[in-house]
Amino acid sequence: MKKVKSDKLATKAKSATKAKSAKKKDSNLVSINFSLNGKQVGVRVHPMDRLLDVLRDELGHFGTKEGCGEGECGACSVLIDDELVNTCLVPVLQVSGRKIRTIEALKGGKELAALQNAFVVQNGTQCGFCTPGMIMAAVHLLETNAQPSEEQIREAMAGNLCRCTGYVKIVKAVQMAAEEIGGGLL
Amino acid sequence: MGEVKKSSIGSSLNRVEGLPKVSGKSCYAADMNVPNQLFGGTVRTKLPRGRVRAVEFGKGIPWKEFTVVTAKDIPSKNAITCLIDDQPCLVDGNFQHAEEAVVLLAHPDRGMLQKGLANVIIHEEPLPAVLDLDEAADASQVIYGTDNNLKKFVIQKGDVDSVWSKAWKIVEGVYRTGAQEQMYIETNGMLAVASAKEGVTVWGSLQCPYYVHKALLGVFGFPPEKIRVVQLETGGGFGGKEDYPSLLAAHVALLALKSKKPVKMIYDRREDMAATTKRHPSRTKHRTAIDKDGKLLAMEIEFILDGGAYTTLSPVVVSRGGLHASGPYLCPNVRVKTRAVATNTPPHGAFRGFGAPQSLFAVERHMEKVARAAGLAPDEFRKRNLIKTGDATATGQIVRDCVNLQALLEKALAAANYHEKRERFARKNPTSKIKRGIGFSVFMHGAGFTGSGESYLASVAAVEAGADGKIHALASNTEIGQGKNTVFTQIVADALGVDPSLVVIDQPDTKFVPNSGPTVASRSTMIVGKLLQDAAIGLKQILLQGKYIRAGYSTKEFQTAAAKYVKQFGKLKTYAEFQLPAHIHWDDVNYEGDAYSTFAWAVYVSEVEVDTLTYEARVTDFVALQEIGRVVNPVLAAGQIEGGVTQGIGYALYENCVYKDGRMINNQMSNYIIPTAIDTPNIKVMFEEVPCPWGPGGAKGIGELPLDGPAPAILNAVENAIGVSVDILPATPEVIFQAMKNAQGGH
Repeated sequence: MKKVKSDKLATKAKSATKAKSAKKKDSNLVSINFSLNGKQVGVRVHPMDRLLDVLRDELGHFGTKEGCGEGECGACSVLIDDELVNTCLVPVLQVSGRKIRTIEALKGGKELAALQNAFVVQNGTQCGFCTPGMIMAAVHLLETNAQPSEEQIREAMAGNLCRCTGYVKIVKAVQMAAEEIGGGLL
Repeated sequence: MGEVKKSSIGSSLNRVEGLPKVSGKSCYAADMNVPNQLFGGTVRTKLPRGRVRAVEFGKGIPWKEFTVVTAKDIPSKNAITCLIDDQPCLVDGNFQHAEEAVVLLAHPDRGMLQKGLANVIIHEEPLPAVLDLDEAADASQVIYGTDNNLKKFVIQKGDVDSVWSKAWKIVEGVYRTGAQEQMYIETNGMLAVASAKEGVTVWGSLQCPYYVHKALLGVFGFPPEKIRVVQLETGGGFGGKEDYPSLLAAHVALLALKSKKPVKMIYDRREDMAATTKRHPSRTKHRTAIDKDGKLLAMEIEFILDGGAYTTLSPVVVSRGGLHASGPYLCPNVRVKTRAVATNTPPHGAFRGFGAPQSLFAVERHMEKVARAAGLAPDEFRKRNLIKTGDATATGQIVRDCVNLQALLEKALAAANYHEKRERFARKNPTSKIKRGIGFSVFMHGAGFTGSGESYLASVAAVEAGADGKIHALASNTEIGQGKNTVFTQIVADALGVDPSLVVIDQPDTKFVPNSGPTVASRSTMIVGKLLQDAAIGLKQILLQGKYIRAGYSTKEFQTAAAKYVKQFGKLKTYAEFQLPAHIHWDDVNYEGDAYSTFAWAVYVSEVEVDTLTYEARVTDFVALQEIGRVVNPVLAAGQIEGGVTQGIGYALYENCVYKDGRMINNQMSNYIIPTAIDTPNIKVMFEEVPCPWGPGGAKGIGELPLDGPAPAILNAVENAIGVSVDILPATPEVIFQAMKNAQGGH
């Protein structure tokens, strides 16, 4: 498998990111600390800032996507203390002291090997925009139900909208991952 | 490097950009940030038609921190060049629809930008508006040209008028379809830098880099080399990022030029749904004559699309719709009268299928009725009338594809257990509150551009060896999820006789890739794939003839030879330009001849259940059988079909654009419903492979086909379930309720 050459400027720009805004001087800011993918992080933000924006703009975690901004599409799904949550609906204040896992957390773990590999092999990702949220929903499912039926998979993924795949291959990818892990995912 | 893979066409190579996508590393427009960037936003009209009297900037906003752009700031032409120049870039005086852009703002802080946008007040003066297709078609109020027509043409075969008096039976019907939102999960977004000296560069979510390039040329008046368009990873398009990105790119680049800073503009979902294009609403009237044997004698069809306020792509959408309007049938006398009419709604645009889903819905619902009038089962009636190899279509095109639709139909019905289910449902439905039904559709989709469109485009694609001997495929076609990167990789690797890992697909960037045309019309694999194949064969020949490689070479040997050649001569690059196959003859004026170089053919079978308490219909099983030439990548191709069918299920039953005074009022994912994982059945996809002589390795286009067939198959199944015709899309519970009520009332 090869990585497609992406535009150099775009890649560079992405890594050089963070559009710091004027609001940093604002006296309404609070310091919030939480665990992000196993590391403690601290941010100075407005307490009502959306967790989605904090993850992306303050912490450079661009894997979490915005699709609707109203909790319908699930593209911004992450795990907060092992629960699946839409970050577009979460004021950042609520995650103080909590444990967050995003798509970037999957690096190196066996979840990565199983779900990421299965999504590629089964073509469970097409345009890829719903995929990070979809995979987080799948991680949540397999952590709570290691051997889900097709119906349980469809039920568990129903909060995540995909416009490309028709879900057939997403269901297959989750089944494949579950089989590969053999019920041992955690 | 592995052994030489002689035929990677036909194998299911994994998606080449799959790994970054599943690890959240792909860079979409919203993920791109550059230092000192501003955020851009748009202030839009609210009335459906009128004149902007004044623009007021509210009190208490630090306006001097903002960059403000209006029509006066446009350096060259205030028009977005598409087919014609009737759509302004920004409103200057009169406007033709709600959600038309009047003022653009940019500010370093997103929160402040929102405040600014809320405090620009557009004072609008109303003008009389036309808000629906029927009103526009009767032209009692003219809002565009002299008759509201954006395009009009007639297809004629034989003489329908000579038939009516001798017909055994005449069957009439009217079919309507609503607008449909593409609902790519990534909204439209762009980033631009611009200066008079350096020109304009935009990065964004888009399908057609050279469409954007052409539109920016018009707005800025810069020389072509000073306009650069780069596609970023794109989170779905489905036609929705075909023409609209030209407008967004112009807006964001105007802000960048005036502010002298990079500007980024990402639409939120509400703005994206309200302001950008949708599938054209349609009205189709059918009048059909048959003889006593159930053979078609004449088909008269009036097909009208609502194009919205400006021309944009409507002439080509209505063209494809009209060319598919008589379906896959042999009929000696056909007249198709088509029109795209203007209304004061945001322009309707491309959406997968491009006019064909509307006209095929109508004809496949109508054939169900004609079959009944003929006293024949739906499949028996189809079998007597389906077109065959050597027959002439409505435009007089002789079908050259080796296609056996009768056999396809039988195979699909057998796979769906159609006859047994039909009998069983008829037996059980009378005593059940849940009524079950099964129905099918037979249809085709012309691959590539209509008529001589491909000739006018004269697409060019190239392959080039890098210094490391890797082979780069250069084309302007974009990966939008469909699998273009992977399919192009397979085609080039196959032509070179090397492992796919030697092939690199370069990012579409107008500075570096030739214009191989837009990513539309199911053309990328068949048309551009063929160009890349030809270019790759040319490159291989250079190395073979120069004796840099010998027959039986390995991938490693090929790579070494290519690198050596580049070192010696500085460059190893070959091009291919599109040539219309010699047998294709098309008359644009009279709509006669070979409308498409080939068609994909299909039979879809749907099973539904309708709850007679809630009037909800649900698809419970689906079989999709298609003949698409050689399948380049079976797993990706099945993914295309499954995704298209699911969009078709949404089109048939759920997706309802609700307008009030020319504005979409359910412009949210929470009240515009697309199918979820629990609304969709397990879709059984089957391919019949008859290699097409014009496509690479025998492939045809498939992207749009799967959206054509589901809606008529589903509505035919609904009729089978409840015994009542439902001829309006989407068939929401309200529509089904009304149809059942009308039927009970004896209408």
